[in-house]
Amino acid sequence: MASHEFRTDRVEVAFTVNGKPVGLAVDPRATLLDTLRDELGLTGTKKGCDHGQCGACTVHVNGRRVNSCLSFAATHEGAAIDTIEGLGTPDNLHPMQRAFVELDGYQCGYCTPGQIMSAVALLAEPCGESDAEVAECMSGNVCRCGAYQNIVAAIQSVRKENAT
Amino acid sequence: MATTTDDLPARHSLGKSMKRKEDPRFIRGKGRYLDDIVLPHMLYLALVHSPYPHARIKSIDKSKALALPGVKAVITGEDLDAAKLEWLPTFHGYDKQMVLAFGKALYQYQEVAGVVATSREIASDGAELVEVEYEPLDPLVTPFQAREDKIILRDDRESKTNHIYHWEVGDKAKAEGELDGSAVRIKERILSPRCHPAPLEPCGVLADMNKATGRLTVYMTSQAPHVHRTAFSLVTGIPEDKIHVISPDVGGGFGNKVPVYPGYVVATVASVIIGVPVKWVESRTENLTTTGFARDYHMDVEIGATKEGKVTALKVSTVADHGAFDAAADPRKYPAGMFGIVTGSYDFPTAFAEVDAYFTNKAPGGIAYRCSFRVTEASFAIERGMDILARKLDMDPVELRRRNFIKKEQFPYPSPLGFVYDSGDYEATTQKALDIIGYDELRKEQAEKRKSGELMGIGVSTFTEIVGAGPGKHFDILGIKMFDSAEIRIHPTGSGIVRAGTRHQGQGHETTWAQIVAEELGLDPQELLVEEGDTDTAPYGLGTYASRSTPVAGGALALAARRIREKGKKIAAHLLEASENDVEWKDYKFNLKGVPGKSVTMKEVAFAAYTNPPPDSEPGLEATYYYDPPNLTFPNGSYIAVVDVDRETGAVIVRRFLAVDDCGVVINPMIVEGQIHGGLTEGFAMAFMQEIAFDESGNNLNTNFTEYLVPTALETPHWETANTVTPSPHHPIGAKGVGESPNVGSPQAFVNAVMDALAPLGITHIDMPLTREKVWRAIRDAEAKVS
Amino acid sequence: MFPAPFDYYRAHSVDDAVQALARFGDDARILAGGQSLIPAMRFRLARPSVLVDINAIDELAYVRESDGHLAVGAGTRDFALETAPLIAQRYLLLADTSALVADPVVRQMGTVVGSLCHNDPAGDWPVTALAARAQVSIRTPGGATRTVAIDDFVVDSYTTAVGTGEMAVEVRFPTPGTRTSGSYQKIERKVGDFAAEKLLAGAKPSKDLIRAAMREAEKIADPSPDNRGSVEYKKAMAGVLVGRAIAGALERLGVGGLK
Repeated sequence: MASHEFRTDRVEVAFTVNGKPVGLAVDPRATLLDTLRDELGLTGTKKGCDHGQCGACTVHVNGRRVNSCLSFAATHEGAAIDTIEGLGTPDNLHPMQRAFVELDGYQCGYCTPGQIMSAVALLAEPCGESDAEVAECMSGNVCRCGAYQNIVAAIQSVRKENAT
Repeated sequence: MATTTDDLPARHSLGKSMKRKEDPRFIRGKGRYLDDIVLPHMLYLALVHSPYPHARIKSIDKSKALALPGVKAVITGEDLDAAKLEWLPTFHGYDKQMVLAFGKALYQYQEVAGVVATSREIASDGAELVEVEYEPLDPLVTPFQAREDKIILRDDRESKTNHIYHWEVGDKAKAEGELDGSAVRIKERILSPRCHPAPLEPCGVLADMNKATGRLTVYMTSQAPHVHRTAFSLVTGIPEDKIHVISPDVGGGFGNKVPVYPGYVVATVASVIIGVPVKWVESRTENLTTTGFARDYHMDVEIGATKEGKVTALKVSTVADHGAFDAAADPRKYPAGMFGIVTGSYDFPTAFAEVDAYFTNKAPGGIAYRCSFRVTEASFAIERGMDILARKLDMDPVELRRRNFIKKEQFPYPSPLGFVYDSGDYEATTQKALDIIGYDELRKEQAEKRKSGELMGIGVSTFTEIVGAGPGKHFDILGIKMFDSAEIRIHPTGSGIVRAGTRHQGQGHETTWAQIVAEELGLDPQELLVEEGDTDTAPYGLGTYASRSTPVAGGALALAARRIREKGKKIAAHLLEASENDVEWKDYKFNLKGVPGKSVTMKEVAFAAYTNPPPDSEPGLEATYYYDPPNLTFPNGSYIAVVDVDRETGAVIVRRFLAVDDCGVVINPMIVEGQIHGGLTEGFAMAFMQEIAFDESGNNLNTNFTEYLVPTALETPHWETANTVTPSPHHPIGAKGVGESPNVGSPQAFVNAVMDALAPLGITHIDMPLTREKVWRAIRDAEAKVS
Repeated sequence: MFPAPFDYYRAHSVDDAVQALARFGDDARILAGGQSLIPAMRFRLARPSVLVDINAIDELAYVRESDGHLAVGAGTRDFALETAPLIAQRYLLLADTSALVADPVVRQMGTVVGSLCHNDPAGDWPVTALAARAQVSIRTPGGATRTVAIDDFVVDSYTTAVGTGEMAVEVRFPTPGTRTSGSYQKIERKVGDFAAEKLLAGAKPSKDLIRAAMREAEKIADPSPDNRGSVEYKKAMAGVLVGRAIAGALERLGVGGLK
């Protein structure tokens, strides 16, 4: 181990998750992903590669989509974190969730929380209008079931809805 | 026989795009996948991997790892050997596989030791502290090196050769004779490269041994939970009733979650020893380097034909790379799986196929990646071969295919390699594809483009699949016949529970199984709960892979429902105060013959089954069916790809792709469409990017998703789809299965299109994946030849 | 894999960060967006003993134009350049680059200065900074700031002029003149791949000039072989991409027909 005098077994961090304040003492090497899943029991956010190469772990940090496996929980002091569990309710789904159902935007369901969180964040980004531009904007989220065409269609349908 | 869906009679539940019953949980992050399951006092397993492809293990020092606070156990091959748990049977029973490297490590990343600790982090730290001393040995990187037998890989085997088996089918002398006598003849070596299914959810296990009850509960990412229970019992000696396998939601399988892997065994052994739950979930790197690779077939394809383009003979000789253990997921009698489908959609008078398999210093596997055993390889070989033949004959590749299609009146068609194709109308399926894509116009456009040197290509694949393993007389896993099963219980109020021996991983069984049963019983599919994956409750089945769920379990479901209908008829007769002979099932209810309006519904019958059963009859309304299909099913399709190739960079743009599929009767068009999109995306990936390659020293070059390229929304082409319906004559509802057709049928359409684009340069064949560099090199070399 | 254990310090100002670096010495690393560092730590290819996290230093996240340059703070994420109207109008090379870094999710977290400091030969920002003749401001342990031209900043693969106890705080891109343009081209075998090649355009456009530049690029390109291609392929593509980049840049200046 390092020769320095400083030793942090735990780091205090406070943020909100789905609007609720959370205070934790985390292992410095705990990723936001593992913290959400293991410490907070929010297992909707998935681990597909653990190296920022698949997007299954996409959550929102202050409204922006982030690979939660590629950032340490300790980094997010004061941040507003949103996960799939905070999106919509069974009776009142988020329009993106409704569109994924309507247009069949998934198969095995494993990448789905990440796809939906990524898609929701995209709505607030300056993504171009065409299907190809939406596909580019969604290119951080891998779907091995290959539901891309329907995922893009779902996003476009929500954007159309929002535009009217 | 071929019809479109529009022509089919209106149905109660079949053929409807019912929304998925999985929707509410999956879109809200409420699915329950393996790694979501947490048990009290659970420990974590991390594995130590060999850095060498081939090395003698001189010593393993556990002491530093064991000294790390939080480490509970370190397990090595020697420990397992002492407990007689070192070897794991492979599914077809020809070979066995080491659980942990013992004596020698036989491939890079092979599991050498396991460290069990109180957290994932500590387990990882502990794994790093296990000190293994290796003596590196020369590796065998290709099956052609292995064939020389200069280095013998497997010390444990009596026979001192790397040759695993020779398998052949057909008449060799006749096929060779016909080839020699053919007016036109082609021969090409075609590689189906090693690749990996890489489902987004990695493989994993959570083993929980309860020392008080002696019962072992194993949660695992399993496409075949019942077979896994049997395998666990055989390996550990624990009686099968003391093992409970639960396959929770599965995040994609594609064949990767069929075999039993060392991590499963080590976690289970650790739980049995320590008496607390132990979880192992593989990392993406472990997934890509150690579990379930696919393909790796080097195929020499020879076709003979007349000058008019009538095929006379086919011969395919394959050298197969099986890695260090023969863990290929193939039925016992078929070590090369269904490779005999290699005659494809064409009426070959004679054919011969042979496969020689070898051990190499690579991970074991040979799993059926989104295909029936070895069908992707076979289909690629014949469809590439037909294109090469068309080029040689200077004939349009569609015209050549049409001249050789098995005609619809020839079904049931006995193929020269021993299968009996059930049904198909290849001409109709192909014509539909040509019409939709505007084939003739595209050919005209291509002719224009060629004048200005632009490289545009059109590729077709008119493939025939073979799925639904299968008849128990031919196919088995661990000796267990490949039937499947269904159990239906109808509750008094007319809702019910449906259980099957399959386990879906995105195929939507919770929806489609309910639709099959609802169609047979006239009940509401929304009120039929479908359960799979729990060996304590579901009937024994062989699982979900090889597009077998609908052909096999789908048949079991329909036939179990018909048993319910038989019993229901007796109850209906009782309610209608009539003789059973006067009652008929029509329009989804029981009717009194000749008396319009006099009828009872299945819901009324269900209530009566519990409240007012006929005297002297057994109350209740449930049925079980174990279905052993009489034959396989043979879905087919006609696919067309249109590509443009960038001469300067070798980049390929897929401009259009059309898939016209015939999977027989469609249960849920929306789900079928999703399956087709998925299979095409994986076929595209195989054609252009996915490959597990090795350097000359046997190092794996594709160990994570920046090296093993999988398609994202950005690269994936837009898919156009259509279908024809030729019901399977022997399947209870006429369905054939679809999950794998688009994956089996599409790679050759892409490759044929690129080769068609490059035809003016005289380029005949490039092996997959068609990376920019490979295409660029072929163009450059061809241009150098010309100038 | 999990990173090897490390200590963590959350800095609240640049001074605080630099003091922390001084305290922890050689084994301390700055954690900015972490999109390159964290994967390296997870594969245990990088094992810093201490991370000094600068994500909480709000004043480092800025994009400002003044005195003939565009200043980008060390807390500025890739997406900020991708989305700023100023960039889209005047700094086309930066706009091209920011839209091609890794994938859109990674760009929400990754930083421009972090990418420069990581200095992966396949990274996008070092290439663009070289082409744009950028300068990097570095805070020294004593609290002074020194400014280094990008040619001096980039020492070797994964090595920069940032010394022990120092921290890069800003990168400055010269404001392009009205008759200057730029274009960034990348062979993407797939999204998320690191940049293969690059170049920037000059003046006096002609097809011959472009051809000469392409040949020159092939000659001077010094790529490493990897899964994206061999040395031979990459050198050839350097030429093709330079040709396309120059033609693209010229088209932006209204000079067409040179592709």
